[in-house]
Amino acid sequence: MTGNEAVAAGVKLSNVKVIAAYPITPQTTIVEKLAEMVANGELNSKFIEVESEHSAMSAVTASEMTGVRSFTASSSHGLLYMHEALHWAAGMRLPLVMTVVNRAIGPPWSIWGEHTDSFNQKDTGWLQMYCETNQEAMDSILLGYKIAENNKLLLPVMNMLDAFTLSHTSEPVEVRSHSTAADYLGELELESKMDFNNPAGYGSIVPPDGPFMEMKKDMRDSMYNATNAIKKEITTFNDLFNAELPGLTENFMMEDADYALITLGAISSTAKYTIRKLRERGQKVGLIRLYFYRPFPGEEIVKAVKGLKGLGVVERNLSFGQRGPTFEDVATALYGRVDVPMRNYVVGLGGRDVRVKDYELMFENLVEGNNEIEWVNVEAR
Amino acid sequence: MPFLPITYASTSTKILSSWRTSKPVIDYTKCTRCAICWKFCPDVAIDLVVDSRLKSPNEKFSSLEAPSIDYDHCKGCGICETECPFGAIEMVREEE
Repeated sequence: MTGNEAVAAGVKLSNVKVIAAYPITPQTTIVEKLAEMVANGELNSKFIEVESEHSAMSAVTASEMTGVRSFTASSSHGLLYMHEALHWAAGMRLPLVMTVVNRAIGPPWSIWGEHTDSFNQKDTGWLQMYCETNQEAMDSILLGYKIAENNKLLLPVMNMLDAFTLSHTSEPVEVRSHSTAADYLGELELESKMDFNNPAGYGSIVPPDGPFMEMKKDMRDSMYNATNAIKKEITTFNDLFNAELPGLTENFMMEDADYALITLGAISSTAKYTIRKLRERGQKVGLIRLYFYRPFPGEEIVKAVKGLKGLGVVERNLSFGQRGPTFEDVATALYGRVDVPMRNYVVGLGGRDVRVKDYELMFENLVEGNNEIEWVNVEAR
Repeated sequence: MPFLPITYASTSTKILSSWRTSKPVIDYTKCTRCAICWKFCPDVAIDLVVDSRLKSPNEKFSSLEAPSIDYDHCKGCGICETECPFGAIEMVREEE
């Protein structure tokens, strides 16, 4: 099945009760499939058609507040339109799951893949997972609800797929057992859900001496301290479903590597292919794939990069006036702890292909190049 | 359990009178108990009470529920003065 069909299957497995969405390419076929499931009685959910993405996020925020498991999906400009509502969902500590099919931000107009849309949301209090395969796309929905609904965490999860590379491309996917999934997730029991017999103010005004900073610190601490719980949940998931999810990160041929790249999402597969090829030629190269980006897996990276002679951070998104956000976050994690020469590569914007020869070039540059940001597969003008 | 932004106490229990620069004063001899001020008060600072000691335009009104300003909670916005159809509410400058 395609990545989008895998996500829809994951939502069905998660027994989601409310879906609200507004269509946008390349996400549309997720909610199209879900609408079909609701219409033919395959999925017992309320499907709310809304007039915008801001309303979609507001609708699922409201339904989740009543203690009902809810889902939405978006892409690109639609996700940016949700930005304010994303802060509300996270600030209200609601265990929502949303799929983002990563698409470029205009202008110039583009419907193809890059990660800028979801990177723009990394500070909203949502957990972020970047999938490499369609199997991971489905599993991440189930896992996402399990993690989000953890009573110590209660933060929403954003689950990312690369446009078309995953969303519209078919791969073999094993659909997990419905009864096992139902037992695994259970019913959502939200202690803080709205209760008409005990009315309350939700997110109402707090003066400067009120618990505003305390609440934000609690959110930050919950996210920071979630890494162990997430790792435990991944192990449980893999045992229960016989799945192969990585940890917060996936180390690929890192044991004896001299040079390594850091990637996120579907472009990692081409990197792995290149690494196997270079290994055959005797080059000691490896890859660290970040499955989770929030909470940021700093400790995992510190452990993995020890002894490296060079580390390249591959960025499929862009921050103007500074290096890429992944580069900054990796540098922060390593600062004062591991001294590894680091370089930053910008690739694959607006759906530009990231090819084997591009990765070969990056590894070449890691060995010899200067320490400036490198644009890969870009025409000189 | 996370620290949730949920409050069970109404803000009407908080003393906010220091926000005010002038206060609404009701002239009960003009007040017909229409309760329009009570409906328009944006932050529930007006209660409706039955108090036979309050003055009224004539005795027919004295048994009806009359508006009473909660001066601990009123922030002095003056909407009640604007909306009163009988000119029975006047905003009076608070003394320093």
